[in-house]
Amino acid sequence: MQRHTLWRRRGTFVLVMLCLLLTGCSSALLDPKGQIGVEQRSLILTSFGLMLIVVIPVIVMTLLFGWRYRRSNRNVAKYLPDWAHSNAIEVAVWTVPCLIIAVLAFLTWKTSHSLDPHKPIESDTAAMEIQVVALDWKWLFIYPEQGIASVNELAFPVDTPVRFRVSSGSVMNAFFIPRLGSQIYAMAGMDNDVHLIADDVGVYPGRSTNYSGAGFSGMTFDAHVTTPEDFETWVENVRAANETLSYPERYSDLAKPSEYHPVEYFSEVSPALYTSILTSFHTGGSGHGGHGDHANHIEDVSDTDDSHGESGELESAGATHHQAAFGHVTNQHASEDHAMSGHPTSVEAGG
Amino acid sequence: MFGKLTLESIPYHEPIIMIVAAMMAIGGAALIGALTYYRKWGWLWSEWFTSVDHKKLGIMYFVVALVMLLRGFADAIMMRTQLAMAAGGAAGYLPPEHYDQIFTAHGVIMIFFVAMPMVIGLMNLVVPLQIGARDVAFPFLNNLSFWLFAVSAILVNISLVVGEFAKTGWLAYAPLSGIEFSPGVGVDYWIWALQISGIGTTLTGINFFVTILKMRTKGMTMFRMPIFTWTSLCANVLIIASFPILTATIALLTLDRYFGMHFFTNDFGGNMMMYVNLIWAWGHPEVYILILPAFGVFSEVIATFARKRLFGYTTMVWATVAITLLSFIVWLHHFFTMGAGANVNAFFGIMTMIIAIPTGVKVFNWLFTIFRGSLELTSPVLWTLGFIITFTLGGMTGVMLALPAANFVLHNSLFVIAHFHNVIIGGVVFGMMAGLTYWFPKAFGFTLSEKWGKRSFWCWFIGFYVAFMPLYVLSFFGAVRRMQSYANPEWQSWMILAWVGAVIIMMGIACTIIQFWVSIRDRKLNADVTGDPWDGRTLEWSTSSPAPFYNFARLPEVGDIDSFWSQKQRSNEQLDEAPYTDIHMPRNTVAGPIISLFALVLGFALVWHIWWLAAVGALGVVISFLARVFNDDIDYYVPAAEVERIEREHQQRKTAPPASDSTDSKQTNYAEARA
Repeated sequence: MQRHTLWRRRGTFVLVMLCLLLTGCSSALLDPKGQIGVEQRSLILTSFGLMLIVVIPVIVMTLLFGWRYRRSNRNVAKYLPDWAHSNAIEVAVWTVPCLIIAVLAFLTWKTSHSLDPHKPIESDTAAMEIQVVALDWKWLFIYPEQGIASVNELAFPVDTPVRFRVSSGSVMNAFFIPRLGSQIYAMAGMDNDVHLIADDVGVYPGRSTNYSGAGFSGMTFDAHVTTPEDFETWVENVRAANETLSYPERYSDLAKPSEYHPVEYFSEVSPALYTSILTSFHTGGSGHGGHGDHANHIEDVSDTDDSHGESGELESAGATHHQAAFGHVTNQHASEDHAMSGHPTSVEAGG
Repeated sequence: MFGKLTLESIPYHEPIIMIVAAMMAIGGAALIGALTYYRKWGWLWSEWFTSVDHKKLGIMYFVVALVMLLRGFADAIMMRTQLAMAAGGAAGYLPPEHYDQIFTAHGVIMIFFVAMPMVIGLMNLVVPLQIGARDVAFPFLNNLSFWLFAVSAILVNISLVVGEFAKTGWLAYAPLSGIEFSPGVGVDYWIWALQISGIGTTLTGINFFVTILKMRTKGMTMFRMPIFTWTSLCANVLIIASFPILTATIALLTLDRYFGMHFFTNDFGGNMMMYVNLIWAWGHPEVYILILPAFGVFSEVIATFARKRLFGYTTMVWATVAITLLSFIVWLHHFFTMGAGANVNAFFGIMTMIIAIPTGVKVFNWLFTIFRGSLELTSPVLWTLGFIITFTLGGMTGVMLALPAANFVLHNSLFVIAHFHNVIIGGVVFGMMAGLTYWFPKAFGFTLSEKWGKRSFWCWFIGFYVAFMPLYVLSFFGAVRRMQSYANPEWQSWMILAWVGAVIIMMGIACTIIQFWVSIRDRKLNADVTGDPWDGRTLEWSTSSPAPFYNFARLPEVGDIDSFWSQKQRSNEQLDEAPYTDIHMPRNTVAGPIISLFALVLGFALVWHIWWLAAVGALGVVISFLARVFNDDIDYYVPAAEVERIEREHQQRKTAPPASDSTDSKQTNYAEARA
């Protein structure tokens, strides 16, 4: 019986390790396609290895002690019923975990900064910006430099750092392309961002990871990482769609809940569409310097969305106070400003 | 008249729900019929429902928890079945609106209505006995806590048949849980079930905190307390400090939903980040409320069955205290991906890892307790060894998640699901199963079947790995939590494997049910007449099994850690026993069940906006509470002669070999007189 026990435990452990090894070949996280993902993989493997220094001895000791000091084995093993303290052991069991955690803490500090999602990626190629808006239940991607937008399909050139500015037109979601690395929450009225880069041409699945309601499972998209030439072709394709994503009219149509939304292209978008979506949640955004030109949108959007029915009336009341408290919007600052500070915006308030 | 409640609120068109409801109705009817037929209602009411005896309350907590475990597990197997089917664009058999309720209910039930009552039930059963007390500090509150919890469990089950449950995930993140995105009554059920049971839990926390600090027997200093009592003390400190946060957070969400306020809405200055912070400021300590008492169970089990003093008692205590304090400064690790700055993330990441140090030390202390011990491989020991291995692996994945930069790719994936089941099943469930087996004879006077206990362990242990290792694997493919279907057909084989694991766990639960059946059938054979079936070390084993309602005829005196053990070592010296004295005991109470029943009415009425009924419920709570407050007849004395009679019977049972079956009824007769 006991031998059986031992065998089963070992078997399970081997099975676990085998699973992890097998995954290495084709899994998204262990076969990343971008610099951020590559660094994250090595961090995961390093921390895994470090912790095995404790985990393996613990498992071995559990099986060994459980077996050796079993009651039926009393003739062989020493029995010391009152032995309950040893300075040497105490020192060892505090020191070893402390050392490992010290190394991990150092790693944590270093990688939290080097892999900070808000930190721009150093590259010879100029960074591009894509604005991401989570809607019920689809992804809207706005290309401010190209003046186009797409739904549930993303494209950008290889080896180009991309700054994704991420917000939501609805509930909280999270924007994630597993093969490229870091995800980030998409929250209404918040201007979040994540910097990613792809090293290989290919189509990588992306999705929302934060549950957002009935259509959540279908909130997926494909990220097409292309050569610069193919990217131009893609942009031309989008432009050929001949659809305008006007704010608030067409946008409010798009924002209505839909599941497994098909890919859509918009050859033209309202200027400052992303900003308009952001500020639509900041009631009375006119109180905030630099966004006066969007104030009219705020009332408009409240008409199109049931829940915001009263926003017009209370506009002046909430406005300045709200902005001061949370410092939401930095949306007209250029990305260079972010590079300087290394931090984003509003989202700091969450910490 | 009935607020939002109409006949359409009952989901007739959902065959699955109707089948479950029919099964519940048949089961309930059978139970009620049996109770009526055997004329057990009076006994149930006077002996159990109105009892303030901590041991009986502990048993009732466990009974409700085990019933809710079946409900929560049914949810689990439904989810696993759905995911085993819904690959490559297939829809499966559960539409999202149903599936979303199931995973929400699974989480809520397993944490609030299974794990919490098991932990609190075990504290109820064991702590007063371990500290040599005759009851808890506030016996009536203890009964009220139980009933507030029990009616909340009823409220959750009502949501299955009347209306719907929340479709938000177990923590009901705003703004999804706001009225704009969740206009139905599901979130309201969630709100009121958690508010009512949360108040009960807070009262329990205060009750046990005071009990442990003020009611320890003579000689039991803090550093002579058994480890389970220590971990319970820390868990109750956590309850007192964290549950008010939950209550306040849910109250703010309630204001949003019922009064159109904007604490957590998208607009008007509402801030969902505040909700997420607050809910985890409670939520993280909550997981330590569950795991600390489980650590305590393992410490007792391993020392008892290794017949050896616990290695590093003092270290164990300080490690527990350290975990208690640290658990309040790690909450942000649940949402590194919210976008806080690198310094904030790094701080919370490092704090989280630091918890691994005292936890690791505890693991080594258990191992060195076995070292040079004489370990009897009973089922509680198997649960403990299984725990050490499983929990260590879960701790490892926890530290990986605590690295913010790694968390950015692991967060919200199935890695998180696998991790917390790794520590909650491996820690809390294994711990509660070990504790249940270990203290069962103290509650009922006979031991549980070892054979079926071991079978249950092996099913749970193997089933856990088969069910959750595939989820770790899938997380590396990019599979996320809470998805109802997935496009990638390659994931399906792993999902089917996970389903097989869930079925193996189901066999483990079946083994436990059989274990109860077999053990009750053979209770005469397995009777524990000595009160000390395991050669125990702590005070609870010094009294009879089941313990008399007054626990100890003479309050014991304690000279060191494991005092009962050392007393047995010196057993030759025959002490001059002092004569028995009258014992002061609390009277049973009808106020607990009645107040809670009104609380249930209040909760239900608030869910459905039936304002007149809510007024009835609220008034009922206040009036029945005041009636209790002004009731002075709440205690009585057990005459010394009666104590002597009960004790003599226990002594006779000890010396005379088995087969007396009249002992239980004597105690019952006396108890009836006291009600």
